[in-house]
Amino acid sequence: MLPHGDDEEKWLAEGIAGIQHNAFYMHRALDSNDLKDALRYSVQMLSELRTSLLSPHKYYELCELGYLFDLACSECCLCRSWILMCFFSGDWEDMRAFDELRKMEMFFREETARGTISVIELYELVQHAGNILPRLYLLCTVGSVYIKSKEAPAKDVLKDLVEMCRGIQHPVRGLFLRSYLCQISRDKLPDIGSEYEGDADTVSHAIEFVIQNFTEMNKLWVRMQHQGPTREKDKREKERSQLRDLVGKNLHVLSQIEGVDLDIYKETVLPRVLEQVVNCKDELAQHYLMDCIIQVFPDEYHLQTLETLLGAFPQLQPTVDIKTVLSQLMDRLSIYAASSIEVLPEFLQVEAFSKLSNAIGKVIEAQVDMPVVGAITLYVSLLTFTLRVHPDRLDYVDQVLGACVKKLSGRAKLEDSRATKQIVALLSAPLEKYNDIVTALKLPNYPRVMDHLDNGTNKVMAVVIIQSIMKNTTCISTADKVEALFELIKGLIRDVDETQDDEIDEEDFKEEQNSVARLIHMLHNDDPEEMLKIICTVRKHIILGGPKRLPFTVPPLVFSALKLVRHLQGQDGDVIGEEISATPKKIFQILHQTIEALLSVPSPELALRLYLQCAEAANDCDLEPVAYEFFTQAFILYEEEVADSKAQVTAIHLIIGTLQRMNVFGVENRDTLTHKATGYSAKLLKKPDQCRAVYACSHLFWVDEQDGIKDGERVLLCLKRALRIANAAQQMANVTRGSSGPVVLFIEILNKYLYFFEKGNPQVTSSVLQGLIELIKTEMQTDGSSDPSADAFFASTLRYIQFQKQKGGAMGEKYDPIKI
Amino acid sequence: MVLVLAIGDLHIPHRAPDLPAKFKSMLVPGKIQHILCTGNLCIKEVHDYLKSLSPDLHITRGEYDEDVRYPENKTLSIGQFKLGLCHGHQIVPWGDLDSLAMLQRQLDIDILVTGHTHQFKAYKHEGGVIINPGSATGAYSSITYDANPSFVLMDIDGLRVVVYVYELIDGEVKVDKIDFKKTATTQSAH
Repeated sequence: MLPHGDDEEKWLAEGIAGIQHNAFYMHRALDSNDLKDALRYSVQMLSELRTSLLSPHKYYELCELGYLFDLACSECCLCRSWILMCFFSGDWEDMRAFDELRKMEMFFREETARGTISVIELYELVQHAGNILPRLYLLCTVGSVYIKSKEAPAKDVLKDLVEMCRGIQHPVRGLFLRSYLCQISRDKLPDIGSEYEGDADTVSHAIEFVIQNFTEMNKLWVRMQHQGPTREKDKREKERSQLRDLVGKNLHVLSQIEGVDLDIYKETVLPRVLEQVVNCKDELAQHYLMDCIIQVFPDEYHLQTLETLLGAFPQLQPTVDIKTVLSQLMDRLSIYAASSIEVLPEFLQVEAFSKLSNAIGKVIEAQVDMPVVGAITLYVSLLTFTLRVHPDRLDYVDQVLGACVKKLSGRAKLEDSRATKQIVALLSAPLEKYNDIVTALKLPNYPRVMDHLDNGTNKVMAVVIIQSIMKNTTCISTADKVEALFELIKGLIRDVDETQDDEIDEEDFKEEQNSVARLIHMLHNDDPEEMLKIICTVRKHIILGGPKRLPFTVPPLVFSALKLVRHLQGQDGDVIGEEISATPKKIFQILHQTIEALLSVPSPELALRLYLQCAEAANDCDLEPVAYEFFTQAFILYEEEVADSKAQVTAIHLIIGTLQRMNVFGVENRDTLTHKATGYSAKLLKKPDQCRAVYACSHLFWVDEQDGIKDGERVLLCLKRALRIANAAQQMANVTRGSSGPVVLFIEILNKYLYFFEKGNPQVTSSVLQGLIELIKTEMQTDGSSDPSADAFFASTLRYIQFQKQKGGAMGEKYDPIKI
Repeated sequence: MVLVLAIGDLHIPHRAPDLPAKFKSMLVPGKIQHILCTGNLCIKEVHDYLKSLSPDLHITRGEYDEDVRYPENKTLSIGQFKLGLCHGHQIVPWGDLDSLAMLQRQLDIDILVTGHTHQFKAYKHEGGVIINPGSATGAYSSITYDANPSFVLMDIDGLRVVVYVYELIDGEVKVDKIDFKKTATTQSAH
């Protein structure tokens, strides 16, 4: 029965007093070299340690070095060592304990060497100590000297000691005693190549000794569990935990025995140890010891004894947390596999995968109450193992995923964040290993696992997949793979169920969709037929994305298709006899329908730009009706949907710029479109914008190529119209603001005149130019407030004219009549 | 020695997934003093990336840019040079050097940086220099077929500017350089 606080303090104080009392007499005896008396008093002193009244912690305090160092006695190695042996933290590396023990041994060795007493006599002598505990400690110490003296075979002494220690059945005291025995015997085992090696079978004696000590210690340790009232169970378990390394040390010693090779481990060591582990039927012990076995013995041994080892698991107590131990084992084996290539065939030879896989299956089946996260963690470990050891066996990988699916099916979507984290880890592992989504796509169970994620995590995983593709610049090259991929990431592509979060962060959403947009550029095949299939597959999916997603996903698809058109342009002619569906015409039809979808968003400005792109592409393919149709759509959007004046200015310039480059149109079509363009230009809201758009239209009638249109008259018409608008702007400014208007417009128009003058438009004569120059000069002089940028512009224009004049040759001649 | 990066028409993510890896490894923060970006990034991520390369970032609006607040054109002085920036879709005919020269005269600048055509150009005329850094991602263009990814680095030193053009051709980065010297300007009229 463990005592309560106050009482404990009282007993502790009494114990300390007793120790001090006897220590005093013991020292006196040592000083006078009276060994017999010294021993007697030491025994009395140490008898204080027979108390069962103290908890392990308090017991330690009793032996606390501090009290006894006060007995400033350097030769009192006996008591000091004794005290330190009871160093309850179990920290045997503590140098003080070790030093003191050595000193004590040294004392004995000196005495026996001196001949004061023979070792056998000493061995006899200490057994007369009245109380068993001190007797056994002293015996062990002497035993150490005995073995060292080689006056008896190590195996005999060890056998004697390990059996004598049975005398202490009190768990805590027994554990410490045997721990001490373990400690001092470590370097004295009759191992192969050791100085204590005996006759044949020597190693088996060593093993026998350690296993026996281990077995007894484990029994004592387990017994602690059953001492005391049930209400103090937790406290006991905590205390037991503190002492566990004392037991585990034996296994460590076993692993260090040279003579224990694979065969002996297999035949003797493992079965005996497992026997004890299973039979003790104690949860704490079983968990710790299984873990210990795995940590302490080499991985190659585990591999070769996998069946035996795994066979023990089902025999353990049902409450033992097997999954952690199993995970540990698999992780170790994974690392072992990664350590060197030569090791891998072993894994195959012992059929490691199937054994582990079966073991896990059994465990999950048996532990019905295991939470999902536990099962998934096991599968993650198994998957890591599989990817390291059998990366080429996709069937194994799929098997693991399949087992996961089985575990997850029949449940609602996962809510547990730890479980979902594990599943993300599970799904990310193949991606990282293979650096190639295509391989992951080959695993039938991969998408099934993803289906069991909640929407949020599904999207997270989808982003992980896309990032993996981008990082490895993987190219997805068939429509089937694209289909599979888009199925996987469907959480990003569309609203998967009606209850989609409206609270989704806008920034996050943008990032998500932009990553889908980038992904579309990774889908490619050089074969036009396949590429068209890919485009159609993507289109099929993104069209379901809804107005929020289309502005992100449509443009990359459009440009992907335009690239295909260009590719087909480059190819000569049709292959006769083959059914081709990948023709520019077909692609333009698809483009038309795709861009149309943007109207539902609505994104008229974006749609307008994309229509113009398609018009240019159709122009390059010589498809006049298709180009005309695209222009029609662009104009309709301009008329009906682009209301913002600034947007209109940009849009009209884009239309003019595109139209200027068209060479596919016949006269009629061209006339209709240019007429529309100039008309809308003149109708822009602000006069300066009108002016600029109109003079831009002048370029519609002059294309500086060999077969380009060069209609000088219509150019002039545009420029004159622009002048009129500039004039009107001037007058308006006078009237409304009492100031002059934008003189700069005139300078801009002058520059345009110069442009066409140089190109050889016969309608633009030097006198026309001269007139315009004079007009500007006048305007600028009458102008009250001067506009420095207009001044600079005019100055640089005049500089340019001067430069051209001085050029000489044809250009100089042309410019000659112009005076500035 | 002042380094000015001229870059643009990335069209991420509409026409290209990302800047070429070889370019990314060359463009390190802290080396470039100014960035002139012709436009068509198109998204904030690209803006942030450019901002990380140099704090002095100037951008003009391209017709596909997500942020519509970028200006139509911009002028600034670096050393002895006056530079101007404009995407170029506003100037019809697109890519026409004479029309661009008009803009240069209008902005009263020595160097005009412009884009839109996705084709590298460095053109000297009476009024100054026109530089088109091309498309940094080699994005699809209706104007230029098979554009190679390219960008320009200008080294401005006194009255001299050395224009380095970096082009990614068949997976390798090729560099070319062109020298321009500015004649000392006379006092301007204003």
